[in-house]
Formats: sequence, C-alpha cells, structure tokens
Amino acid sequence: MSSGSGFGDEKGGSSSVGEPEYGHDPASGGIFSSDYKRHDDLKEMLDSNKDSLKLEAMKRIVAMIARGKNASDLFPAVVKNVACKNIEVKKLVYVYLVRYAEEQQDLALLSISTFQRGLKDPNQLIRASALRVLSSIRVTIIVPIMMLAIKEAASDMSPYVRKTAAHAIPKLYSLDPEQKDQLIEVIEKLLADKTTLVAGSVVMAFEEVCPERIDLIHKNYRKLCNLLIDVEEWGQVVIINMLTRYARTQFLNPNVNESLLEESGEKAFYGSDDEEGKEEKAEAAALAKRKPYVMDPDHRLLLRNTKPLLQSRNAAVVMAVAQLYFHLAPKAEVGVIAKALVRLMRSHSEVQYVVLQNVATMTIKRRGMFEPYLKSFYIRSTDPTQIKILKLEVLTNLANETNISTILREFQTYIKSMDKDFVAATIQAIGRCATNIGEVRDTCLNGLVQLLSNRDELVVAESVVVIKKLLQMQPEQHSDIIKHMAKLTDNIQVPMARASILWLIGEYCEHVPKIAPDVLRKMAKTFTNEEDIVKLQIINLAAKLYLTNSKQTKLLTQYVLNLAKYDQNYDIRDRARFIRQLIVPTDKSGALSKYAKKLFLALKPAPVLESPFKDRDHFQLGSLSHLLNAKAGGYQELPDWPETAPDPSVRNVELEDVITTSEGRIGLLGDWREVPEWTKCSSREKRKEKKVEKPFYSDSEEESGPTESADSESDSASGSGSGSESEESGSGSESEESREESESEQEDKEDEEDKRKKKKKTDRGKVKAPAVESPESEESSGAEEKNRAQKVKGRRSGSESESEEEEESESESSRSESESESESESDTDAKKKKKAPVTKPPPKQAKKESKKEKKEMSLLDLDDFEPTPSPQVTPVNNFLSSSLVTDLEGLSLTDTVMAPTTIAPSGSVKTYELLHRITGEGLGVEYCFSRQPFSPDAHMVAVQIMFTNNTNAETKNLHVEDPKLQSGMRIKEFPEIELLPPGEMVTVVMGIDFCDSTQAANFQLCTHIRKFFVSIQPPVGELMMPVFMTENEFKKEQGQLMGMNEISEKLTLGEKCQNEHGIVQRVTSAANVSRVPCGSDKECRFAGKTVSSGILVLVTVATKEERAAQLTVNCEKMVIGTMLVKDILQALTQ
Amino acid sequence: MIHSLFLVNSSGDIFLEKHWKSVVSRSVCDYFFEAQERASEPENVPPVIPTPHHYLISVLRHRIYFVAVIQSEVPPLFVIEFLHRVVDTFQDYFGLCTEAAIKDNVVVVYELLEEMLDNGFPLATESNILKELIKPPTILRTVVNTITGSTNVGEQLPTGQLSVVPWRRTGVKYTNNEAYFDVVEEIDAIIDKSGSTITAEIQGVIDACVKLTGMPDLTLSFMNPRLLDDVSFHPCVRFKRWEAERILSFIPPDGNFRLLSYHVSSQNLVAIPVYVKHNITFREGSSQGRFELTLGPKQTMGKAVESVLVSSQLPRGVLNANLNASQGTYTFDPVTKLLTWDVGKINPQKLPSLKGSMSLQAGASKPDENPTIIIQFKIQQMAISGLKVNRLDMYGEKYKPFKGIKYMTKAGKFQVRT
Repeated sequence: MSSGSGFGDEKGGSSSVGEPEYGHDPASGGIFSSDYKRHDDLKEMLDSNKDSLKLEAMKRIVAMIARGKNASDLFPAVVKNVACKNIEVKKLVYVYLVRYAEEQQDLALLSISTFQRGLKDPNQLIRASALRVLSSIRVTIIVPIMMLAIKEAASDMSPYVRKTAAHAIPKLYSLDPEQKDQLIEVIEKLLADKTTLVAGSVVMAFEEVCPERIDLIHKNYRKLCNLLIDVEEWGQVVIINMLTRYARTQFLNPNVNESLLEESGEKAFYGSDDEEGKEEKAEAAALAKRKPYVMDPDHRLLLRNTKPLLQSRNAAVVMAVAQLYFHLAPKAEVGVIAKALVRLMRSHSEVQYVVLQNVATMTIKRRGMFEPYLKSFYIRSTDPTQIKILKLEVLTNLANETNISTILREFQTYIKSMDKDFVAATIQAIGRCATNIGEVRDTCLNGLVQLLSNRDELVVAESVVVIKKLLQMQPEQHSDIIKHMAKLTDNIQVPMARASILWLIGEYCEHVPKIAPDVLRKMAKTFTNEEDIVKLQIINLAAKLYLTNSKQTKLLTQYVLNLAKYDQNYDIRDRARFIRQLIVPTDKSGALSKYAKKLFLALKPAPVLESPFKDRDHFQLGSLSHLLNAKAGGYQELPDWPETAPDPSVRNVELEDVITTSEGRIGLLGDWREVPEWTKCSSREKRKEKKVEKPFYSDSEEESGPTESADSESDSASGSGSGSESEESGSGSESEESREESESEQEDKEDEEDKRKKKKKTDRGKVKAPAVESPESEESSGAEEKNRAQKVKGRRSGSESESEEEEESESESSRSESESESESESDTDAKKKKKAPVTKPPPKQAKKESKKEKKEMSLLDLDDFEPTPSPQVTPVNNFLSSSLVTDLEGLSLTDTVMAPTTIAPSGSVKTYELLHRITGEGLGVEYCFSRQPFSPDAHMVAVQIMFTNNTNAETKNLHVEDPKLQSGMRIKEFPEIELLPPGEMVTVVMGIDFCDSTQAANFQLCTHIRKFFVSIQPPVGELMMPVFMTENEFKKEQGQLMGMNEISEKLTLGEKCQNEHGIVQRVTSAANVSRVPCGSDKECRFAGKTVSSGILVLVTVATKEERAAQLTVNCEKMVIGTMLVKDILQALTQ
Repeated sequence: MIHSLFLVNSSGDIFLEKHWKSVVSRSVCDYFFEAQERASEPENVPPVIPTPHHYLISVLRHRIYFVAVIQSEVPPLFVIEFLHRVVDTFQDYFGLCTEAAIKDNVVVVYELLEEMLDNGFPLATESNILKELIKPPTILRTVVNTITGSTNVGEQLPTGQLSVVPWRRTGVKYTNNEAYFDVVEEIDAIIDKSGSTITAEIQGVIDACVKLTGMPDLTLSFMNPRLLDDVSFHPCVRFKRWEAERILSFIPPDGNFRLLSYHVSSQNLVAIPVYVKHNITFREGSSQGRFELTLGPKQTMGKAVESVLVSSQLPRGVLNANLNASQGTYTFDPVTKLLTWDVGKINPQKLPSLKGSMSLQAGASKPDENPTIIIQFKIQQMAISGLKVNRLDMYGEKYKPFKGIKYMTKAGKFQVRT
C-alpha cells in the first residue's frame, strides 16, 4: 500500500472520550461539518456525538480507502462507532472494519460483541448482516466464535440467514483450513436445504471447501436439478459447473456406442475415448452390442432441466449450460447450444472473446453444430483484432469442401484489411484451409503466390512462410511454384520474403537443379546490397548447393563466403567462417565436416498446421483453465466417464424429501417429481401402476402458466418423463423408456393396458374413458406411435410435458377428459351417496338478497354495487348443484338454508386426487370444488377435501403448512384434524383465493409424522360463482363487454347435448354459472362472476339449424374468457 | 471468487480499489499496464491476463477498465458478466459511468460494491434490491442530506432479497400508471462491393419502462411470434408460457429493464433499407484519389430513413479530403483518418451525395485496401422484421394502465465493403 497517512498523530492517545452520545440535532452538525476538512480532525469528528459529523468523517475515510490510502491509524476511533445507531455510519464502519481488522487484530476484537448481539436479533436481516460482517473479519482468534455462529445460522429459520451462513463457510475456511471437517458437516446440512435462496451459495461453498466430496451431492442431486431454474443466476452457474463434474463421475458416456460406430477417420467426441486402446474399443463394442446404452434418468433430468437456461440473459449461465451439453449430452442433442452461443456474439467484446474461444474448441470436435451459423462469424472491420483472429479461427475450423469457396472469397476481402496482424492471421488461415482440404490446395497456393507481390512486408513474409509450409508437404509436385518463386527474387524487395525464397530454393535445390545455381549467381552479384537476413540465407543456399552440386557452384560459394568474411555484420562473418569450416574439406577439418551433408540437408519435418485450440477440450469448457490453456489454481479436472455406472440408487431419497418445490415463482420446469423406484429396473411394473393412478384431470395446466412446479404429486414423474422423451424425438439415444418398451415389452403392453384399465375402474371409481385409450394403443404398432400414445397417457395422467406436438395430444386428452366428465357422473353419484345427503339448494338468489348480504359486509358502501369484490350472491352454506340449476332455473328461492358442517357434493361434482394413498403412505386425499360460497371469506373458492385413512394406524394432527402461493393468492386453512382413525373418512373445507388465475396453490399437508407437498389447481370454471340477473340486465352488461372482451366461437354440438337441457347441463358442469332466463329458445344464457374480484362472466350459446351453434363469452378478463371458451367448447362438442 | 477490483482510467491510473478478501497490492496491475501498452488499441487488451499468482479479468466500458483480480479457477464469463452488471448499476445510479461520476460518488460506489459481492461471490445484483438498500443520489437528496445530515442508505432492510420475485419491490405506487415498450431492431449487415448482401441479421430487443402500482401481472402477445428465432428473457418472464403459447407473461420489474432480446431467423430475408453507390479509387503514381458516395433508400415501406451518419476509416496514406456534400456536413480527422458525414434524413427525391478528391502523401504508393463504409440510420415506427405486438394485458391489479408501444429500426453493425 502506498502513501503513508497524512494525518497527524497528536491525537493518537486522546481518543478516550468515552461512549459517544448520539446527537439528534442534525442541523448543527451540518453547519459545523464544513469546518472540519483536515484529516487531523477526523478523530475528533468520530468521537463527537453528532451522527452527521461521524458520517462525514466516515465518508472521507472510505474515500481514502477507495483511493488506496492508508487509514489504519484511525482504527481505535472508528471501531468505537460499530454500535452507532445511524445505519449509514454503521455500514461504513463495517467497510472499514473488514478492510483493516486483519492488521489490527486486538482492537478488532472490541467489535465482536456487537455482532454476537446481532446474531441473536429477532430480525432475520440483522442476524444475516451480523454474520456477514463477523465472518468477513479475518482475525484468527475468533475462529471458534465464527464456527459457532455459522453452525447456528445454518439451522436458522430464515433461508436468508442460512444463505449468509453458506457464504461464511469459505471465508472461515480460507482463514483456518483446519476447520474443514466441521465445515463439511455444515455444508452437508445446508446442501439438504430445500430453498432456492440457499442452493447457489452452498454449492459455491462446496466447490471452495470440499469439491472432492462428490458423495455429498448424491442425495441432493435431483433436488438441485429441480431447483436449478429458480436459483439466482450466479448460483446457477456454479451449480451447473458442479453438476457437470458430478455427471461425469456417475453416468455412462452417452456417445459410447456412436463413437464406436464412427468411421475411423472421424475422431471420437471425447478426449477420453482417444486414449482407449483399440482392443479395448473392440471389447467395448462387443459389450455395447450386448447391452444397448440406456441413459440414466437422472442424466436425462439434468439435461432437460438445464436446457431452458440457454435462454438466460446472463452470458455466464448460457455458457455454463453450453459446456454441460458439450460434455454430457448425446451427440445428437449437443446442437441446441449453438444458437444460444451465436446469440452471445452480439454481446460485449469481452463476452465475445470468451465465447469465441470456446466455440473454437467446439468447432474442432463438432463442426457440424456451427456450420449453419457460418455467416455469423464473418468479420467486420470494426471488430477488435483479438476478436477478428478468433473468428478467423472458427471460420477455418468450419471450412469444408462445400463451403470452402465462400470462405475463401471472404478471406480475400480480409487480406485487404488495414489491420496487418489480422491479414497475417488470414494468410495463415488460408494455409490451414489448404492443408485440410485437398481440393483447394492449388487454388490457395496460387492465391498465396499472388500475395507475394503485395507491398506489405508482413503480408509477403507471412505468405512466403505459409507457402513454404505448404510446399514442405509435397515439394515434388510443386517444383513449378518453386521456380516461380525463384523468378520473383528479381522483383520482390521485402527482405523477409527474399530470405524465405532463398531458403526454399536451398532446401529443394534438387527439385530445381538448373535454377538454383543461377539464383545463387544473381544473389552473389547483389550480395553486398542485401539485408542481413537475406545475406544469411544466401550463405545457406550456397552451402547447400556446394554440398549437392559442388561442380557448378564451388567457385560461387567461395566467392560468397569471401564476401561474407569481410561483411560489416559479425553474425554474417561468423556464419561464413563456421560454414566454410564445415563444408570445405581441409586437412585439419573437424570431425563434423563429413556429416555436413546430413546436417544441412536433413529432412526437415513438415510443419503441422493445426488449430491452437486442438485438444483444448480436456479442460472443462468455459473455465479459466480452458481459456488460458493451462491449469489454473483450484481447477477441478473433468473426470473421464466411468466404465460402468456407479450405483444409481445412491441418489434415491425418501419420498418426502424429494418433492421439493421452488419458492413459487417460475417453476419453469418444476414438473419433474422423482420416485425412487423410478431408477430401478425391477420396479418397472410398479411404475406402470403409478402412471395409471395419476390424477386425471389436471390437463388444464397449459393455461395455468408458471406455477406448476408443485401441482402434482410425486408419481407424475413417470408421466412427464415419457412426455419429454417424445419431445426430444430425433435424438439418437433419447429415451430409455420408449426404447425399453419398444424392445422388450411389446407383448406386455397389451396386458398392461388391460391391467391399467381394471385398475382405473376399481381404484378410482371413475371411468377413465378406455374407449380413447384402446384405439390409441392398438394403432401403436411402431415405436413412434407407441411413444405418442404414451405421451397421451402421460398427459392425461396429469403430468405436464412440453411436448411440441401439443395440439395433437391436447385434443386427445381433452376429448378423453370431457368424455369421462359425462360418463363419470353416474359413477361418482353412486360413490358419493354415502356422504351427506344431497339437498335441494336454492339455485338462484334474488338481487335483493345479495344486496342484503352486501349491507352486512360493507355498510358504508351501498351504492357501489356492481363490480365490487364481494357481492356474495348465495347465502352462506347454500349450495348449488349445477344440474339442479337447470331444473330450477328461473326460481328465486332464498331460504332453503341448511348448515351441515361438511357439504355434500352433488352428483356432477368432479373429485380430483390430491394425494394418492400409496404416495401418502396410506393417507388418501381427494378434493373437489363444492361450488359453495366460502363463508369466512367471500373471495375464496371453497375446496372440499376428503381424507381417507387407509392404514391400520391412526393419523393425527392433519393440517396445512407452509403454503407457497403466487402473489396475491391466499389460503384459509381448514381447522386441524386431530385424529383420523384407521379406515375412516373425514371431509373438511378450505378456502383458496386464486386471484382469478388458474395457477396452482401449493402447500404442505402435514400429519403428525409426515409432510406431503400437494397442490390444488382449479379449472377456470370453478373460479366463478353464479350471478342471477334478468334478461335485460344481461343484455345491458353484455353491451358493455363488447369488442375485445367478447370471444365467440362457432361449434358443432355433440350428440348428447343437442337439446336445451343438454346444453345447460354441459355448460353448468363446466363452469359455475347460472342460467339467465331467456325469451328465445334459440339461446341459452348464463351469468357468473369471478370469486376473487367479482368480474362478470357472461356466456351465451346460440343454437342454429342442424347442430351448429355459436358460443359467446363476455368477460373483462381476457384470459378467463379464453380459457372458459375452451372448456365450454370441449364440454359442448363431445 | 472475485478477490479485488481496480478501476483504471485511460491514462493508466488506478482511481478506485476495493478488496473483498485480504488486500491485494495494487502492483498486480502492472501486468495489466504491460498488456495495455502492448495492445495497439484500447479494446485489444486481452480480457484475461495471467500473472504469477493472480489472474486479471478486465472489461472496458466508458473508457474505464474494470480490472477484477481472481486467484483461482472461475468461469471467466462469470466475472465478465458481473463486471458489466456493475457498470450497468453505476450507470443506473449516476446516469453516466465516467471517472468523474465515480469519484464524486465514491462512497455510494463503495457501498454498492460492498452489497453486490460478499466474499467475492455475487450477492445482490438486482437493481431494485440495491435501490432499496442504497438510494441513488439525486440533486435534491444530496442537498437535503447535507442540510439535515440524513443518509442515502435505505432505512428499511432489504426485504426484496427474501421475495419470490426478487426483481420487484413491494409497495410500488404511482399516480400515473404507465407501461411503455420499445421494440428496437438492429440490422447487422455486411454489403459487398457490388451491393449484394453477404450477411444480414436482425437483432431485436424489447426495452420496457413500466411504472405500475402494486404487483401487476402482464402478458404481451405478438401477431407473428414465429418470426422470433432465438430469444433470451429477463428472469421475470415465464418460460413455460412462452414455450407453450408464445406469450410473454411476467410480473415486471419496476422501472426500466430489458424484457427480451431476440434474433430473427436468418432464413427470413432481411430487407436492407438503404443502398450505397460508391466509387473510391486511388490511381497509381498520382497523389490524388477520387471519392464518390451516394446514398438512397430502398425497401423502407414508405418510412423515412433518418439520422443517417456515414463514417469511414480512410487509408493511412490519405492526407486530406476535399469533398462536397450535397446535404449535411462532413468532417475528416487528418490524425485518425476518420471521415464522418452527418447526412440527416434521406430525401428520396434528391439523394444525398458526397463527392470530391482525396490527397495522398506525396510519393506514397497507392493504398491497396479500400475503406469500409459504416452506416448508421434510424427508421421510426417500423420494425423491419415485421414483428408486431398484438396486445398487452394486465392482471392482478384493478386500475387501467396507460400502455404504449413504439417501434424503431436502427442500423446495428452495418458495413459496406468497397
């Protein structure tokens, strides 16, 4: 550190003013502050009791630190202010403390107690900040305190504090590496954390402290993969890099088969393969034949979950995913990264620089990937030179027989550039193209020969050098070029070029036996006027000619050597003397002279023109080591693939740990839920079963947007697995599942199908529309159809898949859904009979009534009737059976109120599975939308939940915990069920305010022993409640909701709903709306409003001749309108 | 990870240093200065420089080098991306990220750096979290602070860090609720000597300025989303929704942000809105050269091409240029040999041209290269790819926001080879 402190030390000992009081008169401080400008007064200011003075002093001190000035002698005065109440003073003191504590260890201890106090603060942010500063103070003596604090914070309630603890781990480790073992324990604990906030930081700590302990990752692998998308971007980079390494140790090389099948000409993709001997390969090939490669589902999981991150705005994340794909993905899938990497080329030049380096390495091994983007690597005159040279490298790597002509044309323009370094690089690139692609070698040579007449020395020199290299490869074919170059000596003045030509002639004098002596003759004439390097080459040429053709050139050589003997340059004199001794036999010539010919005319190896990026890929791409092509400190080698896969079951975790959900936001990919059995082959059967039992109705997820991460329970894993497999069709070794099936389970399939059907019928008590299923499976003879069928299955079973052929499968699934809707009614009816009796509820509510309701709720707000959030239409506990609505339409009953504690669902209410009894370990939970107003809060949708205890033990303390909701959504939990005896069933009602969105509400369902992650996702029709209005009112409202708020669709009515009754029934079962009386029998009108915000939803079905009809939905909320149209359309067309 | 940060100005002075772990002597920058000297142009300094004990990773922005010192393996892009984020933050805070601005606000800079990195690992990089922690300096606040002695450090704790939408503060309030979106497309093109297009691509961004109260949930849909070939999103965009429906659905950050950047598939033919006729020749043996340039519009769909600026790096041998511009003004810098011509708006009836002669150094041989012509232009109210926003909807809040969408086409890296 430079310049010593400029402040006086006269006050050095007087800083004992005691505990400063905190002034509350900022104004006076402001006035005084201008008087204290000299550094001597800083201490006085710090000791004063005015916060503003302190602040001013601290600011000046921090400015000094920022400039690199030493402010360490102020330490005693500053450290006292660590407890200052002014938050900015405090922060600046922290800055100072962290900077100088290392130098003033004893004094720094004074501050520790403040932080220890902070660690106990009830506010999580204060706890975190205390830990952060405490761990940043590099004072060895407090290591035990830090250790304790970290351990405590690691089990803190707040994820933010735990994150800070994770940050503190590497700090402590760098301070005292002996704490490693204890720290690993903390890391292990934090790795198990389920929040996205912690994940990135703890993996970073893992990488710094114990990157070799890969075993710690096993249990957390799937969780990390699933959380990845929601982790903050910096954490993503670290996690992806770590997972790349992990995957390399745990999975098999996905390209093992392909690399064996490759022609010998093409190199294997991974460096590791090259090392293997041929025998080994043959052996492996035999092995591979016996046992086809099947990708570990966890491997697939990683690839799938990282893919969307290619769209990140953060270049580091994109690069991390790119390297992961490059190192881990099957060959056929690596291509997806090219587009994203090319996109990064638009970024800052530093980013371009790093990306191009990596692209250059990739293009050597995987040229095809970037070929379509060739033009993106064309060079602009404004690019910085280092970028130009890298682009050139990439272009050269991409060159092949088909595109070489375009590339060469492009190179021609580059040669005219003003940037001479770049021109030189271009010439070398041409040389490389010429060596790699035989067809253009002559063209390139001719082009380069023309460049020999360039005015620029650099260009000529470079050309000559490159020509030299090219000729060295096959000199015998190109004696005419050598002759041509010999002629050039008359014109070319650039010494470097002349020298190179002379070297060439000397080297290949045997190919031009007539010209060579003549050139020497000419050169001898001009020897004295030549540049030094040329002179040296003339001597060289003379020596070589003397050795091969001494008859013709003896005298010339003597002449040249004599001239050189008296040259001004001692190098030349020395060389002449040395060569004369070597070649001219004299009586006392040394032992070397007889080897002179060997020495001079030794066969010089042809220079290899290859990319400097060759073999760089043994470094992990994207790493610093790769960029520098040298191992950087702390670099973790990318391990080779294992020969045989380690036991995949190490990644299995108990179910409850697995179903982790993200913080709620994005869940871009959160659809994957593992089942441990998934990985075991033996459990395939079981898996199939599971697939069957999946919740059936959650197809609506396409509309549900982002928060799907937790929407289905664990067994949807298999479904989504199959979905995404088909998504990646076209990839060589895509899906273990589909392959598995197509190979071994052709026959089993049929049985299984049956089994499944049976299962469905018995298990669910709901018709699963086998009619849809069986044609589907029958037609699936080839693997492809099977795949598709499976996808449909997957879909129906409630997993979301990002399939590309969505529409197709969508229609399939929707068909099946609505079919089951209709058919299931009777079944469910029967099933529900044992529950509370179905009462005849008043289907309609007079407006008067609703007004009255309102009055109770908000007395002051009488006038504001229509769009207010809480016009509760049906009175409490009134229950609307949609089928009854149709029967009783037009009535305006009010008083049929009944008050059961649980509400009986009507026959047509669909139940959805919340927790399957197998997943729930005997606890089965179903839910339905009871279409009942939720009494505690009118904005909530009532969800009736039915618990069934299928175990032999009692289940206690059933309650909801830890809801993870979209912003604005709320949950009113049901009262805790204290006891659920074996075999019993209990029904409760909870309220969820979905905020008029179909996004799922995620929460944990807890028993006294276990926790289950569950989610409830409402169909759009359940987000509304009926509104009763007259025809005129309806028309009026509809008139106000025209234009954008109106969505119309033409449709053909299904067979079963051609009459009015059918239509009404279908519509009311699809959406919780009520019929509006209507004069015309050609039209059915329905009205409802959304539960949460009370926005009107008007539905009109106008029937026309035949079965044609028009459906119109008027709603201010476009999304709801659109989705509703879709749902009703489905209901009506079946 | 990042050990220290040094800020170096163009004259090679370190004017700010910050250490996150133990102190690294500033002499480590000597290696950087060496590399800087070797580089012919400022932007040719290698972004990564190895030294015996450290690695220096630097970015150059606004003529300031941000040099990060790291000690062990770390993805270089991680550091580079972070440094750019730092610069963006400074720009956001101080308007300009110049040496003077940083020096004036050194305390704020220090506080920011302290929050952005913890032990060298990025902690809070979202601008709204930072703004909650440290208020950006404004003139008014500076005045108030000096008088009252109050601080520009946020009183409340950074609750945003705990949020599930870390890019948005809670409790945002505006009286005018507005959401503006700028669709800006840049044409990157290389046109060859004969006027044919060698390569042309469209790179677009949608920059948003959203000032909406509460927690609005926006959806933006396009008429023709299939145009977009490759996209990258602000973290707020729900990827799944895009995959499934090609709709941008997001809870926006507060204020200015880049919602989306995209690339229009190169399969689509790119309309080149201007053409250039040029004749730049140097005769052997004479010390004169001819310079003729005419610009004209084409494929502009009736929109005017505005703010046209032509620049060209003439060969070193050119001593002076004696030209005549039919429109606008031209300048020639005899030192850097940079010719710039500020054309303004192209009038299709009367095409702008620049003609005249160049004088060459006496005795110098004819320059063998021809200069590249770089063109900048703007076309308002048009996205050249034809991308159109269909509609913008807001959910989750009850008020009616004011919505605006603006289109613009600009020249990106638009070069004409001669």
